[in-house]
Amino acid sequence: MPPPDSEAIAEHVFVALADPSRRAILAALASGGPATATDLAGRLPITRQAIAKHLALLAEAGLVTAEPGERRRVRYRLRSAPMQVAQQFLAALARDWDGRLDALKDHLDQHARGSA
Amino acid sequence: MAFPDRIERTVEIAHPPAKVWAALTTAEGLSAWFGKEAKIDLRPGGSAGMRWDTGHTADMRVERVEEPTVFGFTWHIFGLPEDDPRRTYVEFTLEPAGAGTRLTVVESGFAQLPEDAHHTAYDGNTQGWASELGELVDYLDAAA
Repeated sequence: MPPPDSEAIAEHVFVALADPSRRAILAALASGGPATATDLAGRLPITRQAIAKHLALLAEAGLVTAEPGERRRVRYRLRSAPMQVAQQFLAALARDWDGRLDALKDHLDQHARGSA
Repeated sequence: MAFPDRIERTVEIAHPPAKVWAALTTAEGLSAWFGKEAKIDLRPGGSAGMRWDTGHTADMRVERVEEPTVFGFTWHIFGLPEDDPRRTYVEFTLEPAGAGTRLTVVESGFAQLPEDAHHTAYDGNTQGWASELGELVDYLDAAA
């Protein structure tokens, strides 16, 4: 299996976020820190089985990692690296060079009028 | 490849390169159209920065200064943690076009991967086992 490229990593993140249950699970891990499937089932209106299935998918996509928790239960932790790749994708969309270059032109026009 | 690694724009500006150069490379110019406040040490390796009313700041490092044709700097990728080493490179190229200037801006480097982005491929098995064992433990706990 070749190493994933940024495109594939960002796609995993956006696909995961498109599903309301997986979005809720990721949001819960982001706001409350690492948690077991049982913890998450107690906090979210999603069955324990569905949570386990989503966590397995998220782990396979590299968006969460499984780690040993208390009483030998597996805790899931959000992985920030793929989220940052998705953020870079969004950052490129949000850069707004069109708006900035318009502002530059406006500034030069006003400046020229001011000194004329 | 749909990942937007590179942004490029070319605009025609009705002012000569010297005026455009001043707007891009002086604190007075930058603070008039880009940031609310700006400072710049205009030499390769020099630091520059901008600040907006929203409280956002941008720290830049000047990379290329070839007056009045090329000005390049690197800066942080918006939304990444402050200590993230990844930066994009912005380069402005100015060419005379009649009485005005053809200005090209290229920003590149959005698709750089973080150091641990590749782990998925190699960790796959370990994670698979950890989650299967976790399922087993949860199952046994529930049955007890």
